[in-house]
Parts: sequence; C-alpha cells; structure tokens
Amino acid sequence: MAIWLTKDSKLIVQGITGSEGAKHTRRMVASGTNVVGGVNARKAGTDVDGIPVFASVAEAVAETGADVSVGFVPPAFTRDAAIEAIDAEMPLLVVITEGVPVQDTAYFRSYAEERGVTRIVGPNCPGLISPGQSNAGIIPADISGQGRVGLVSKSGTLTYQMMYELRDIGFTTAVGIGGDPVIGTTHIDCLAAFQDDPDTEAIIMIGEIGGDAEERAADFIKANVTKPVVGYVAGFTAPEGKTMGHAGAIVSGSSGTAAAKAEALEAAGVRVGKTPSEAARILTELMR
Amino acid sequence: MDLFEWQAKELFGRYGVPVTKQRVVSTPEAARAAADELGLPVMVKAQVKAGGRGKAGGVKFAPTADDAESHAKNILGMDIKGHTVHTVLIAEAADIGEEYYFSFLLDRANRSYLAMCSAEGGMEIEQLAVEKPHALARVAVDPVAGVDDAKALEIATAGNIPEAVRGQAADVIRKLWDVFVGEEATLVEVNPLVRTPDDKVLALDGKVTLDDNASFRHAEVHEAYRDTSATDPLEVRAKELHLNYVKLDGEVGIIGNGAGLVMSTLDVVAYAGEDFGGVRPANFLDIGGGASAEVMANGLDVILSDPSVKSVFVNVFGGITACDAVANGIVQALSLLASRGEEVNKPLVVRLDGNNAEEGRRILSEAAHPLVEQVDTMDGAARRAAELAGKVA
Repeated sequence: MAIWLTKDSKLIVQGITGSEGAKHTRRMVASGTNVVGGVNARKAGTDVDGIPVFASVAEAVAETGADVSVGFVPPAFTRDAAIEAIDAEMPLLVVITEGVPVQDTAYFRSYAEERGVTRIVGPNCPGLISPGQSNAGIIPADISGQGRVGLVSKSGTLTYQMMYELRDIGFTTAVGIGGDPVIGTTHIDCLAAFQDDPDTEAIIMIGEIGGDAEERAADFIKANVTKPVVGYVAGFTAPEGKTMGHAGAIVSGSSGTAAAKAEALEAAGVRVGKTPSEAARILTELMR
Repeated sequence: MDLFEWQAKELFGRYGVPVTKQRVVSTPEAARAAADELGLPVMVKAQVKAGGRGKAGGVKFAPTADDAESHAKNILGMDIKGHTVHTVLIAEAADIGEEYYFSFLLDRANRSYLAMCSAEGGMEIEQLAVEKPHALARVAVDPVAGVDDAKALEIATAGNIPEAVRGQAADVIRKLWDVFVGEEATLVEVNPLVRTPDDKVLALDGKVTLDDNASFRHAEVHEAYRDTSATDPLEVRAKELHLNYVKLDGEVGIIGNGAGLVMSTLDVVAYAGEDFGGVRPANFLDIGGGASAEVMANGLDVILSDPSVKSVFVNVFGGITACDAVANGIVQALSLLASRGEEVNKPLVVRLDGNNAEEGRRILSEAAHPLVEQVDTMDGAARRAAELAGKVA
C-alpha cells in the first residue's frame, strides 16, 4: 500500500505541452506512472508522446477516468487551473508551480475545502512518489525504491537527500508538501495517512523555519501517532526577518524558529536528528 | 516586502481610507518647509521598518516649524532597533479622542485570513494580545467570501467599536479590505485607528506587507516602493545577478541547490564550526535546479568577493540537476573568474551526490584545480570547510 498514490492511479498533467510539463511527464512515464492524458485548451486533440491532450480537466476525466492531476501551469494561471481541477472533482491535485501569489493559493485552497472532494498537495512542491507504483511530480524515481518508511517534507532537495540516506529501507510514499505559507496538504494530513497505512512502519518528518506547522504536528503526534516518528528541522542558523528561499521560510520575532520546532517535536516523543544524516541513522537503528 | 508607514498610508489614500496629509523628507530644512506647507501643528515620525518608534524617541509632536526642523534633525540618523533613520514623515497632527486597533493578515495556521479589531488600541499588538486578550476580537475571513459591508460591520462590532462611529469604522474596514486584496498584501495594520473629538475615523499609522510572489501583477507599486538603502551591498549585487542570496555573518561561503538543503547546509556547517573556533556560514545561496556554469560563476563571484569568507562549501544533491553539469559549471566558473581577472584564492570544498554524481566527481578530479577538494558526505564536507575557514583565520 501507500498513501493517496498507488499503481492504480491514473494521472493527467495540466500544462503537459509546456517545456517543464512535457519533460516531467516523460520522467513520470519512464518510472512506470500511468499518465493517461494532458490538458491544454489551445492544443486539444494533439498528443505528447502519444498521450492525448484534452481541452479541459472535465473532458480528460470523462474520457480517461483520471483521478490525479499534476499541475505545471505558470504562476499567473495556477489559480484558474486549480479551480478547473476542483470543479471537475479531481480527487488529488498536485501543484508543482513555484511563485504562486499567496492570495491565489488561499482562494483555491478554501474553494477546494468548501467542495470537499479534492486534496491539494503544494503549491511550490516536488509532488509525491510511491516508489515502484506511481510518481506524481518531479521527485527522481531512481533515488530509492519501495519500502517501509513514510516521508513528509516541506523541502524538495531535502526530500531527495533523505530518500538517498534511507534508500536501503525504502519508502511507501514520500510527500513533498511545499514551502509556501499556505499549502493544501499539511504535515498533519500526511502523519494521519501514514498512521493508517498498514505498510508504513515508521515516519520521517522534515520541517523548516516559518509558521507553526511543526509545533501543531508535534501535538498531533503525541495524541494520535503510535508508529515511530523521526524528525529533522532545517534553519537553526537563519536570522530573523530574512526569507530563506521559500516564501514561507521566515523567522518573525520569536515565532517560527527551528529550535522551537525541534523542542516541540522532542517533547512529543519524536527523536530529532541534528543533521539529515543523523536523522537517517536514528531511523535506521529504530527499524532494525 | 514590508512598506514604510508613508507608503502604506499613500496606498490607503488611493483606496479612500481617511488619512492625514503627509510629506516625506530627508533633511531638517525640508521638514520645516513641509510643516509650513501642511499647516501646524505637525507630527515628525521616523520612517523605519521596525516597531517601537515612539519609545525610541522617533515620533515627536511639533507645534511650530522650528520644532519640526529640530525634531527632524534629532531623528534623522537615529538608530532604531538596528535600522538607521534616513527619512522622516511630516504629517498633520490630528486631535485624538480614542485609539483603536485594526488589522487584516494571512493566517498561516488556518490557511485563511484573520481580521483583528479592538476598541483599545494605541499599544503594540503583541502587548495588546497579552494584556487585554478579551478586548482583541479575532474574526476569521474566508478567502472565497471576502469582506462585504455586513462582514465589516460584524468585525467592528466584535471589536467593540463605539456605536457612534461603528458605521464609519466599518466603512474604513471595508476599504482596508480593498487595499488587502487589491494590492495582494499579507498584512494591513492600522494602529492607531483614531476617533477624533468631532467623531471622524482616521488611519494615523499604517503597516503593510506585500506578497513578493504577486509582484508580476503589481509591477508599478512594487518597483516604486522597493527599498535598497537598507540592504547589504553583496545582497544588492546578488539580486542584480538574479541570485537567491542572503548575507550572514560567518566565514564559510555556502552554495547549494534547493532552499531546504541550503538551510540545512548552513546548520551543518555551524555545528561543525563549533570545533574550529566558532566558524559559521557566511551566506545563504540557492542556485536552484538549473545550476549552469554562469549561475555557478556568478554565485562564486559574489561569495568570493565577501571579505569575511575564508572557505567555500558547494553542496549539491542532484535530483533533477545532474552533478556532471554542476561539476562542469564549477570548472568553467573558476576559469571564467580567472579570465575576468578575479583572483580565486579561497579553498572550495565540494560535495556531489545523486544524479550523475560519479561523473561529476570524475570531472572535478580530472580538472585537479589546486583549490578544489572533494568530500563524499555532507557532514564530512561541512567539517572540512569549517576546518579550512578556522585554519586560515
């Protein structure tokens, strides 16, 4: 098993005809993902490597039965593309696009919540992968195979680093939730899903400065998660008031610091590694 | 992007929010002229992006033009919480009957917006939240529904704004919502929102944060309000080169790919540095996915021109990025810098892992640049970079 994305998932790509969309569609297909279509209103009826392009998400769903959409649409059009997928009642929408205005994300996230059908992952994220089954996004499929760990992370490259460190154990699903101030799927959503997934034996959670998502995740773990959880938090050396690459990664006053996050996690019984390698070692020992 | 008070109030004015007349000046003489022009008395207010200006002596009442000039003289150049005052705002002094607090902000925890309103304003919001939490109304605002007249009135009522001016306050709140949405802000704060003795409602101060991601829709405002005076010269240069760079105060220059990995690299270097006399990272630099030779050269150029840098740590995990491209980028960057006549005399520790790592390592080994050293693991490479920075120091 895995969470949200399995070998039975049928994917479409919004923005399949763009350079990023086409490139990553090929990578997804190469790793065994079932990509059944793409969307671009102006190029409907054409194809990308034999994958049909549809005029709308609704049409793509009607024709293919797709249940996952991956979005590579530029920031200025991301909101409309997301609303189109939500209106088509897409169960899972993965928004890879970086640089989406936060009011657009707040709007389509609330819009999705009110309709109650679509789970959004992202924006500004690498997507999610259930190794050996399906890959919805840009996480390289060859870093690690299928296994027993569930991973949730705000950061793309730290996801890759951690998957590499734990490649001998492998993953059920790795979810990059994104580093923006407003995101569709949170650490808590992933923790809850991994707790319920029978094949996930342990969870690794990667956080970073900004907001209080890790602190709230710590409360959730204490109350609801019985599987072992190992944590890593990036940004101990980040100064106050400076955005560190991700739009959401900023320490404001005393809130959002890495130290507060690590402390909250440890207080909830999560073992926290000082470096990614140390976190990986702790998890490896726990799973022996 | 955080705005200065004068910029925030200028935006408010454009949306019909009542504000006092104001002029921004940078000399005492201009302060006097502005006071004469606006009509006395006036307020003289330090323009810095920090709270607590009043307590620091950066806000003064000036009954005469002489006072305006001498207050401006004292305030200009003042340091307020690490910010130097370069400009002062001269504003009409309003008669204050009562002071209220109001803000709209992005609520990260609930992934929506929050309106905060209180009839007991005039102190910092942090203090208000602690000392009078019962008096601070927090009203959730749905991003889809937004704020209409009824919602604005609900907020003003929740904040206990007196009935006599509640309708007026609601009207101001509605207009501040227009500012919040129209300018794509993540924060619009008015503290104080005042009631004058003749029952007018006025925004006497303003704090606005704009969303950088939305600048493509607001190019004019973002460009006009951009503040380069407070920024480090290396950061300005990096920005011109389109690099994602933040200057820090340590000795080990850092280049990596991906915001999370770079943040993590800073931490790992700082831990390793504890064993080498407290060596710390000198900067944050994320070269992103595409790591071309030019980006690498620009990155190295900025980092090597930082006089506090003693060694450089290039930490790349090839996900989409191929390590052979990064390795070629480093080799070409070094020769590019040499051809520009820039002396490269600081050691580089490189760690490559992931996509095409073996080929990347081979390229660097063959190039055999005397200043480039490869280490296989992130922790090991951080330790080596810290050691080199410690030794040279």
